Amino acid sequence: MKPGSIAIVGAAETTELGKIPDLAQIQLHADAAINAMNDAGLKPSDIDGVATAGESATGIAHYLGITPKWVDGTSVGGCSFMLHVRHAAAAINEGLCDTVLITHGESGRSQVGRGRFAPAMASLSGQFEAPYCSMGPPTTFTIPFLRYMKETGTTLEQLANVAVVQREWAAMNPRASFRDPLTVEDVMSARMIAYPFTKLECCLVTDGGGALILTRAERAKDFPNKPVYIIGTGESTETPMVSQMEDMTTSRAFRVSGAKAFTEAGISHADVDHLMIYDAFAHLPIYGLEDLGFCERGEAGAFMEERHTAPGGKLPLNTNGGGLSYMHSGMYGMYALQESVRQMRGIAPAQVDGAKISVCHGVGGMFAASGTVIMSNEQP
Amino acid sequence: MADRTKIPVPKPTPETEHFWAGARNGQLKLQRCSECSEVYFPPRPFCPSCISRNVEIFDASGKGTLYSYVINQREHPAHDGPYSIAVVELEEGPRMMTNIVNCEQTPEALELDMPVEVVFEPLTEEISLPYFQPQGARS
Repeated sequence: MKPGSIAIVGAAETTELGKIPDLAQIQLHADAAINAMNDAGLKPSDIDGVATAGESATGIAHYLGITPKWVDGTSVGGCSFMLHVRHAAAAINEGLCDTVLITHGESGRSQVGRGRFAPAMASLSGQFEAPYCSMGPPTTFTIPFLRYMKETGTTLEQLANVAVVQREWAAMNPRASFRDPLTVEDVMSARMIAYPFTKLECCLVTDGGGALILTRAERAKDFPNKPVYIIGTGESTETPMVSQMEDMTTSRAFRVSGAKAFTEAGISHADVDHLMIYDAFAHLPIYGLEDLGFCERGEAGAFMEERHTAPGGKLPLNTNGGGLSYMHSGMYGMYALQESVRQMRGIAPAQVDGAKISVCHGVGGMFAASGTVIMSNEQP
Repeated sequence: MADRTKIPVPKPTPETEHFWAGARNGQLKLQRCSECSEVYFPPRPFCPSCISRNVEIFDASGKGTLYSYVINQREHPAHDGPYSIAVVELEEGPRMMTNIVNCEQTPEALELDMPVEVVFEPLTEEISLPYFQPQGARS
């Protein structure tokens, strides 16, 4: 994309986060969408493009009273919203539509008005993974990490430290689900879910939603809030079956998506002031730091132990507390994007002083897909 | 007591039927490209490396090594207690998911890169599931 040609002019999460048993999933989309339209001072009649995952784009457009000229139902898991941002930017630049609403809502905890996921037993995952009684992400997303540990010398203490540092960020965020301090010992002695991952190294399961509104950058100054420019984007996929990753110590989708976004943005790693890496499990920031090029292979665990990603460090990471402590409805990517927008607007609860460039990196499925969005509060 | 009827049963398709027919007979079937010699899994009627449709099915050795795993601690009706969900690397190159069986389900017993071999367990008349055990373990 053309760096800086598109801006985020509306952004909001659902009014509540956490446990929301009185809203169906589609209403979580709508609650976030209404908050985002209010944030931008727009009405449904001002929106001509809709992108979503989890619900159908048709359903969301109808529910909100939008007549779209462009829709995108790309659904590649939790990073779908990063891809929606990328696709929307391309569509707006191509003149297919002018103002795009991207919504997410998920009744992950309360399961109100939500379809059930079950693998089709005739799919390749159904035939060649499901029979081994994997019980969803905690027992599949986590499989690569023992191989990573053996090849890099990374320790279980370093894995636990990821959760400890993110809790420090969460402590500064009144909307975070968990805010009490943690120690490495606390994390390692928590209930084992799937060795080597304890409960505190697995994400929360909560209800919530979020929405974004994008338009052409030349219109951005007409909106009530500080525009956040999209300066680089990337996306990729690898495999729907974690067992078929090319190399379990690195994500090909992360590498491809990240490199494309950095190239588009024309920035170096030293230019990055703020970083979000989708953390469904504690190993993901480790993979992300390496596959995005912030750390050499095998060095991310030590990098985080040296507090470079902690409050006061040179590379503030997952400053909302992340999926481990802030919230995680199932498709967390939208919340990572919201935190990047807050940081670029200068209104985050744990605001990084003077931050100008934020990298927001998502994962979909179990290392199946990836999307990266680089934002700036300055137009390049 | 473990209820093995709670294991999700694979549903073969025309492209994978040979694999499950082999498993019924205690054979682990892989495919090899006749053009570029790529050995691959899961089954497809073409080579994922060079897209040639000229591919052959052959009997794998059934031997490999333990590549990575987790030990699930949550209850599952098909299992008594914690069980491994693992990926093995076959001698021929491809990797596949499995459970490591006939072995203690502990980090000490499940050593990465240890040699493993295939064993089959019938789930239904049509489907036998390939599992892996430490080489030489008594099933």
